[in-house]
Amino acid sequence: MDLFLKFLVAAVAASIPLLFGTVGEILCEKVGHLNLGVEGLMSIGACAGFMIGMQTDSFVLALFAAFIAGMLAALIYAVLTVTFLADQNVSGLTLTIFGIGLANFIGIYMLGSTENGTLKLPEGITAQMREIHIPGLSDLPIIGQLVFSYSPFVYLGVILAIVAGLFLKKTKMGLNVQAIGHNPAAADAAGINVTRWKYIMIVLGGGICGIGGAYCAMIINSGVWISNNVGGLGWIAVALVIFAKWNPWLAILGSFVFGALRVLKYYMPQSVISLPTAFYDMLPFLITAIILVISSIRKKRDLNLPGSLGVGYFREER
Amino acid sequence: MKRFLSAVLAGMMTLSLMAGCSSGGDQTTTTSTDSDNQSTAEGLFPAVPKEELKVGVVHITNPAEGTGYTYTHDLGIQGMQKALGLDDSQIIRKNDVDDTDATAILTALEECVEEGCQVVFATSWGYMDYVEQVAEEYPEVLFAHGTGNKSNGSNFINYFGKINQARYLSGIAAGMKTASNKIGYVAAQDSQNGEVTSGIDAFAMGVESVNPDAKVYVKVTGSWFDPEGEGQAAKALIDLGCDVIAQHCDTANPATEAEKAGVYAVGYNSDMSEKAPGATLTSVMWDWSVFYTKAVEDVINGTWTGENYFGSMQDGLVTLAPLSDLCAEGTAEKVKEVQDKIMNGEWDIFDGETEYEDNQGQTHTLKAEEYGTCNWYYKNVELA
Repeated sequence: MDLFLKFLVAAVAASIPLLFGTVGEILCEKVGHLNLGVEGLMSIGACAGFMIGMQTDSFVLALFAAFIAGMLAALIYAVLTVTFLADQNVSGLTLTIFGIGLANFIGIYMLGSTENGTLKLPEGITAQMREIHIPGLSDLPIIGQLVFSYSPFVYLGVILAIVAGLFLKKTKMGLNVQAIGHNPAAADAAGINVTRWKYIMIVLGGGICGIGGAYCAMIINSGVWISNNVGGLGWIAVALVIFAKWNPWLAILGSFVFGALRVLKYYMPQSVISLPTAFYDMLPFLITAIILVISSIRKKRDLNLPGSLGVGYFREER
Repeated sequence: MKRFLSAVLAGMMTLSLMAGCSSGGDQTTTTSTDSDNQSTAEGLFPAVPKEELKVGVVHITNPAEGTGYTYTHDLGIQGMQKALGLDDSQIIRKNDVDDTDATAILTALEECVEEGCQVVFATSWGYMDYVEQVAEEYPEVLFAHGTGNKSNGSNFINYFGKINQARYLSGIAAGMKTASNKIGYVAAQDSQNGEVTSGIDAFAMGVESVNPDAKVYVKVTGSWFDPEGEGQAAKALIDLGCDVIAQHCDTANPATEAEKAGVYAVGYNSDMSEKAPGATLTSVMWDWSVFYTKAVEDVINGTWTGENYFGSMQDGLVTLAPLSDLCAEGTAEKVKEVQDKIMNGEWDIFDGETEYEDNQGQTHTLKAEEYGTCNWYYKNVELA
């Protein structure tokens, strides 16, 4: 039972970078732009957050830097795909390669300036970003460990997902945004500023992905810089968007399930079930495939899927 | 116009990336030099004057990363360069050569030859077959491949060493430190990989020698590089009650995870006390400069024999990082006692005769050089 509790805690920790990446990608896909650059955005966010955290020793400034860096990188993608109508897949892939390369380049450059070949975040920021402890609440049995024992990233991620969901579903602006994703021409005719909202959502989504990257650099790698520190999580986030059916609230559940599946191989006692690790690595994607199959069997048109996803909108071609 | 501009922007992104990739390493394009010196009696190849020597190195990642496998190998190259007084322009590095990309490997090896290298070191397992191929194509150039098991007895040799001597000693430090008698081990590959598995066994034997009650629990990530997985595996082991975490994987994440949880760690490849000062007991390390210096000296002196190299603690190829203050009392004495026995040849691990009982109740013998065939776990090891 105790081990099961620890498994749940580990699953939450593993789900958070996915949650940021997924919510960021949902915001972007909601305006009809399939951004395959999540991995790159996260890498750039990781790099900016880490380096600023290193210089300033402030957790808040590091988060802010990761957010801004993610927004700037997403801006490149937005300019390419919204204004210049470049192919979304190619631009996104390029952004991934660019982001990882840039982050590694800066990281290696910074490592070169150190004496012992180690970049490690200073104590101050480490204390701020580690697990919180609320007197009373965190000491509660089970609940304390399960709800009140995480790093601030976890609460930030959940709050962001809830707010993003509220925005999309409950506000007029959010409904307008969804209209753009379904049919930009109709939205345009209805008087919605398509280009402006596309920019806003892509850039905001990029910023959120950037925070997810900061989590990778600061928590997963314990504040020690290594190259390729996002390690493919951005790609899983892209798959998770489908799993979450473009719904930020479902993304909370989805990333928890994916996180749990990712740590399952380490928490499943080999004496109970002995399977090769590759089996567990496959599980999240197998489940995504099954969900795709089920939703296509149901033959009900999925209203969450933005109708114009992946298609550029050229106003003069209406 | 818009399409043109977008193409230009995409191009700029790619270009800036390429600038990032090619910034490491010293690459020169001078032509090759003929070495028509007389060969000495024992060597297979003529001596190469030191000034005309060029050494090629093919790395799987970038040595500037400051940690892990490639970094450790490059420190060896730098040590060799210093010891022999070679100029920077005499070392030709090919970095970030993916060991699953045949074209990249062949290109890197052939570039080394074209740029005039008389000897080329390829550091990663996956280069093996391609080095064999290129060595056949250029019989006058010498190739040495790290890890692996192929060679041709002439211009293509293999090099590795008895890292398990140091693993055994680190097992002593872990066995004396543990209070819960549960020791965790984050392994990159499962029992089919003899390099990893023989290391686990050596470590477990070291643990048993000082603490027969302790068990070693193994979690396999299934990947040589998986920063998140390596940390998660360590966390899961800590959650099982392990209070010392050892590792055979590339990042320091198991050690930093141990530090966060307030338990202890044994590092690998480089001294991990820089990354996790609050947890690291010691680290199992390579000093590749010992081999690189010897090999390049052989090239300069014309004494290259074409024999494989399998170094040890006696040679200085395998080392144990200084024991930290976190170690249990008496650890230093115990480690020194065993280390002395290894150094003067009184005792060694995996001598090919001693019978070891595995965790299935069967017995095995193992020769150090044949570590690759080891696919059984020692009796106090459990796959958790």
